[in-house]
Amino acid sequence: MDSTAERCIDIIAKSKSLPVEDISLHKTFDELKIDSLDKINISFLVEEEFNIEIPDEALGTIRTVGDMVDGVDKLRDAKLPEAKPTA
Amino acid sequence: MNRVVVTGLGCITPIGSSVDAFRESLFSGTTGIAPFATLPGAPESIPANLGLRFTHMAQVPDFDPKQLLESSVIAATDRTAQFGILAARQAAQQSAFSPHHAPDQTAVILGCSTGGRTTDETSVANLYTRDARVHPLSVVRTMSNGGAALISIEHHISGPVLTLSTACSSATHAIGLAFHMVRSGMVTAAIAGGHEAPLTFGFLRAWDSMRVVSPRGCRPFSADRDGMTLGEGAAMLTLETLDSALSRKAPIFAEIVGFGMTADAHHITQPAAEGAAAAMRKALQDGSVSPENVGYINAHGTGTQANDSTEAAAIHQVFGERAAHIPVSSTKSLHGHSIGATGALEALATILALHHGHLPATAGVTRSEVDPTLNLDVITGAPRDTIAEVALSNSLAFGGLNAVLAFRRYR
Repeated sequence: MDSTAERCIDIIAKSKSLPVEDISLHKTFDELKIDSLDKINISFLVEEEFNIEIPDEALGTIRTVGDMVDGVDKLRDAKLPEAKPTA
Repeated sequence: MNRVVVTGLGCITPIGSSVDAFRESLFSGTTGIAPFATLPGAPESIPANLGLRFTHMAQVPDFDPKQLLESSVIAATDRTAQFGILAARQAAQQSAFSPHHAPDQTAVILGCSTGGRTTDETSVANLYTRDARVHPLSVVRTMSNGGAALISIEHHISGPVLTLSTACSSATHAIGLAFHMVRSGMVTAAIAGGHEAPLTFGFLRAWDSMRVVSPRGCRPFSADRDGMTLGEGAAMLTLETLDSALSRKAPIFAEIVGFGMTADAHHITQPAAEGAAAAMRKALQDGSVSPENVGYINAHGTGTQANDSTEAAAIHQVFGERAAHIPVSSTKSLHGHSIGATGALEALATILALHHGHLPATAGVTRSEVDPTLNLDVITGAPRDTIAEVALSNSLAFGGLNAVLAFRRYR
């Protein structure tokens, strides 16, 4: 199973018609020429891919690809059932 | 009043996604009507033959927006607006009109009858069947004015920007309105035309239910004509004042001289000859053109029994004895009927006919197959050379909404 990062990068690559190699975690959305409409589109595809909902306020704080990957991981973790303590 | 000329042309159609390719197909009689390929965006669950009585449509082949448009434009658009944006780019680039007209003195007036159907149908189907998420840009992708809005944004146009919806007459109404606006001086230039991408499963089934679609392709004016053929595409014109075009030595493809619009006030699907005749007369009067000067009619010519008979009767009402001798053809036999965009594709065909001095033929119909009861001079076989000065382009929509443009050859 590909990692969260690999899956996010794949979505961005397909959405922007960019080679996967051009997209790294430290790249900013500005550097990748992801404008506001691109961002909305990519966020929707990421929500679909991971079955999460990205809050509006979180969208505003995403600057880099890494920010997005971290955010996705947090939202996925928040959905996991809590581990029961052992006796 | 200003004289109004056409200085730029653009198109994305089943018979060419450039004006050069469209013109080649037009005069070689190469049709874009074919057994349909898969529908873009169609769900896998629908049957391969779509459960339809007809097998032929006119689709824009091999359209890949990723090769042609920016990702942010694709994100905000359906196929319909994508066609419109690309056709408008071609026209604007050819005319280079933009720097010569104040942004708020420029208009974008388009016809689009069904809006973003692919987005609409697939979103709603997924929503109803599995409560799927709806894309946040669905509203702007489906709204019928999306194309006009994005064109105005791209070309920095801040004057009147409208999308008209009058079914089969939408783009003719749009070009006519833009013509009147430039003629009156309300604006000095306009992008005018239409775009439509309606070929979705639900749309096709809806038309199938009406039993007006030809099983294997329309054959306008033929005695055994058996219905229309659905299509998609876009065509755009740039209009400006003659003075402006001359002062900057712009290319001039034709002059628009008249526009007539009427309603039958008769029936929601059946046309009435009197309404269509009145629209043709109004177009001629609007342009102070004598019926004697009309040398070609680009007919609405859908290929249904009802339309072609009624339109023929209307032509006879207007032109009397001359009616049997005015060359007529239906270019829907080549590019299909793209509803809200058709009037623009036919305006383009009519302009090219006058500009190049060739009248396109009605494809797929031989001389001996033409319905003699119509008593019209239907062009079949090869295109005809012409020195026609004035041509009419007819659009006669469901609900009896008629729109007719009169073009004059520019020399």
